[in-house]
Amino acid sequence: MGCGVTKSDHFHKHSGKAVTTIRAAVLIQRWYRQYVARTEMRRRYTWHIFQSIEYSGEQAQIKLYNFLGYLMDNFTPSSNERNLISHIFRENDVCRDAEWERYFCYKNIEVPEIYSGPHLFFPLTVEQAVGLVEAFRNKKQLHSRYVLQLLVETWKRLRMLPNINRISTCQSKEITICGDLHGQLEDLLLIFYKNGMPSLEKPYLFNGDFVDRGKDSIEILLILFSFLLVYPSDVYLNRGNHEDHIVNLRYGFTKEVLTKYKLHGKRILKLLQKIFSWLPLATVIDQKVLVLHGGISDTTDLGVLTRVDRHNYVSALRPPKKRYFSSTQTSIDSDVDLDVLGNNKYFQRRASFIYPKPLGTRESFQNRSLQDFSDRIKGKVEDELEIRKRKQSVFINRSTEKETTLTVSTESVNSDNAREEWKQILDLLWSDPMTQDGCMPNEVRGGGCYWGPDVTEDFLSKHNLQLIIRSHECKQEGYEFCHNRKILTLFSASNYYDVGSNRGAYVKLGPDLVPYMIQYQATSMTRELTVRQSVGRTERSALKVLREQLFAHKSDLICAFKKFDRDNTGLVSLNDWATAVESVMHLGLPWRMMRGQLVTCKTSDGTVDYHEWFNELAIKGPNTDHIDQSLLETLYRHRSTLETIFRIVDTDNSGFITIEDFRQTWKLLSVYLKMEITEEAISDLSVTIDSNQDGSIDIDEFMEAFRLTDKKSRLERGRSMFMGTATDLTKLEEDPNI
Amino acid sequence: MTIKPVVDKQHNSSSSTVVPLPSNHPAAVRPNMDTRESAEATEADVHRKIRKAFQAFDYEADNTVDVREIGTIIYSLGCFPSQKDLHDFIAEVEEDHTGYIHLDKFLPAMTKVLLEKKFLPIPENRLLQAFKILDKGTKGYLETEEMTKYMTQEGEPLTQEEVEEMLTALADTEKNHIYYKDVISQLTIDPDI
Repeated sequence: MGCGVTKSDHFHKHSGKAVTTIRAAVLIQRWYRQYVARTEMRRRYTWHIFQSIEYSGEQAQIKLYNFLGYLMDNFTPSSNERNLISHIFRENDVCRDAEWERYFCYKNIEVPEIYSGPHLFFPLTVEQAVGLVEAFRNKKQLHSRYVLQLLVETWKRLRMLPNINRISTCQSKEITICGDLHGQLEDLLLIFYKNGMPSLEKPYLFNGDFVDRGKDSIEILLILFSFLLVYPSDVYLNRGNHEDHIVNLRYGFTKEVLTKYKLHGKRILKLLQKIFSWLPLATVIDQKVLVLHGGISDTTDLGVLTRVDRHNYVSALRPPKKRYFSSTQTSIDSDVDLDVLGNNKYFQRRASFIYPKPLGTRESFQNRSLQDFSDRIKGKVEDELEIRKRKQSVFINRSTEKETTLTVSTESVNSDNAREEWKQILDLLWSDPMTQDGCMPNEVRGGGCYWGPDVTEDFLSKHNLQLIIRSHECKQEGYEFCHNRKILTLFSASNYYDVGSNRGAYVKLGPDLVPYMIQYQATSMTRELTVRQSVGRTERSALKVLREQLFAHKSDLICAFKKFDRDNTGLVSLNDWATAVESVMHLGLPWRMMRGQLVTCKTSDGTVDYHEWFNELAIKGPNTDHIDQSLLETLYRHRSTLETIFRIVDTDNSGFITIEDFRQTWKLLSVYLKMEITEEAISDLSVTIDSNQDGSIDIDEFMEAFRLTDKKSRLERGRSMFMGTATDLTKLEEDPNI
Repeated sequence: MTIKPVVDKQHNSSSSTVVPLPSNHPAAVRPNMDTRESAEATEADVHRKIRKAFQAFDYEADNTVDVREIGTIIYSLGCFPSQKDLHDFIAEVEEDHTGYIHLDKFLPAMTKVLLEKKFLPIPENRLLQAFKILDKGTKGYLETEEMTKYMTQEGEPLTQEEVEEMLTALADTEKNHIYYKDVISQLTIDPDI
């Protein structure tokens, strides 16, 4: 019994009954506090799960991209493979600006009578912008004609803007700054509701990552762009790392647009590519507060950033486009024609910063096959995870890091400048702060840097600034200070990982330049969920994701378990289970605390039957019994990458790819993963997937097949059907003995 | 705003070395590597548990936590200290009134608490009794106003915010009652902790 009836001295004068009452109250209070503490603990590690998995996804995306780029630069593939790869990079439309305008012409798109969404007339008025918000709130969709028209006007406007917006809070105007929205329209609506819509008296700055993950990315863009057009001096946009068509392929924006705009989606996406590249990179308020999406590095220089041709960086993950001048001296935008694999040094792609190993010369790679490169391409999983652990550990040799990051071989005279500029932009959009001093590559995300408090100090004093406001990282409270309150991270997508996972926040900044934060949490559902339930839901989501990850590493895990199970009994102690799992997964999670939720099949003496455990986690697939388990596991682990490749391959956006393309894709991926896959295995898989044998594969159906089902969540769902929520419990009969 | 003490950056929070207690300490048990699996509550296990809980709140990965989180950490390890217990504990381990607590001090103090089984949990039946005492009319439930009054005025009072949260979590919103019997059984202590 917890001791310490502390305040009882005061109550000695009262009757015994009063003391008992107090004791009773104390018991309840203490118990309640304990319960809240445990809930908080669960919330913390749930958080860690989502974070670790999210960032490893970003890293995989960049690595894939680098791999494909590497292939393009360094060998001559067979014609089939070459078509596939070059398609991924094909943006070799060489057009004058006027030709672009014709391509994006919306005038011949008719709006049918039955269309019930909003109609737009240009130049846009504030009533129309507000009307657009209302329409989206009522789940209307804007017709593609108006979308294109709006985007063209936006493009024209953005081209006039400098790389770095410079604004001032004169006339006592407070500026409202919002962080990542990620397609969560509800959050934007909530901000407008709480704070008012943009206007002459109410300037706004949106700090990037408007799209991806959430389901209303295009609506958010349309709203932001229309207010930009209506209030050009009072609405500002910064580019985020998700304003990038390569990233959009993986994280859902591309899919959203193509689904909502089946006929004109591709055109819209193309125009958006240009628009994203024209978004300003940063904003400075009153010459004292810098607002940008990701962060800085020890080489960030606002002077350089002011001068770059930002629109050459369509994607921060690719080298910049080259500008050509035609014989008539008009400039033409062109993406590097990567089909031309000549010895021409101007087309030689520089090594990426993200891939530190120096590349050999081109000549040595002539006429090799895909297989020969597999050992160069993918770093070992252990190395990557080791690097992540280094981030968590304390001391790193700075000089070593600096050496490896910038090793590139360049031959072109201009490439030094271009390389420098590219790095500046990449750092701006992708970096994260860290607690240790120094600056090192951001291996977790695969792009940008981690920068320390000393870098912040130097940067601020060099540029005579006092505060940096950035976004890019989800924070539980919607915002977080670091580096001695010189860095403010701001995140505006509430419930980002799941309902109840985090709040969103926006910042108001007046002439005193003291940031004032307002927090919120969208989703009417949240208000109805109790504390326990909201944590429970998020936790269940996280655990589901985690179980999937565990299953995807089954082979490695079994190896690890066997090391503890020399006698081959099939059992390991719970302690050994936890140790083994961490040694494989490297997620730094409190496995012992979590084993109750991850392992139900304990034996009576507290050991785990690990084979039985994997049965619990079994994947459901379409008739997958005869397919090799390891193949299935790999497919599952890399399904996001697989899906990205599929969507690239699906050139007409029909949602289907041919068997032949599927085979090609799989071959490519198997090289990337350094896996030995026989032709037979691939054929088996293709045949199984093409269930109606018509020679084409439905991508969505294929991906849907890899949904994890496990006994535990089925049982849980069953239980909650009759146990109900906290409120339902009160309907149960009371104990008549009371 | 409190200033964080400069902490020794050589501490690596992910290391798994065991910090030995002095051998004359009553709780000092030399972890026997062979038989570690057999006894759950050995010192090494306890250390690991404490570390994990601590690290969940160690935002800057430098082995310190804000003193205000200590209550949460201790509670989450399954203990039920009173407010006085907490005050005493903090006084013992806080880093010179800086507002921070370092793992170096927390670990031995908390190990002692766990191994000596101080601050034991409240058994369910006691809790039920406690509710019944407050429910003088033996209705089987407490009105939210009653609950609020007791929780904020008696014993070790909760803050207004805590009470509101509690009511959201536990009360039947239609009738504004807390049916405590059901609430207790729903929120049992996690056996793994």
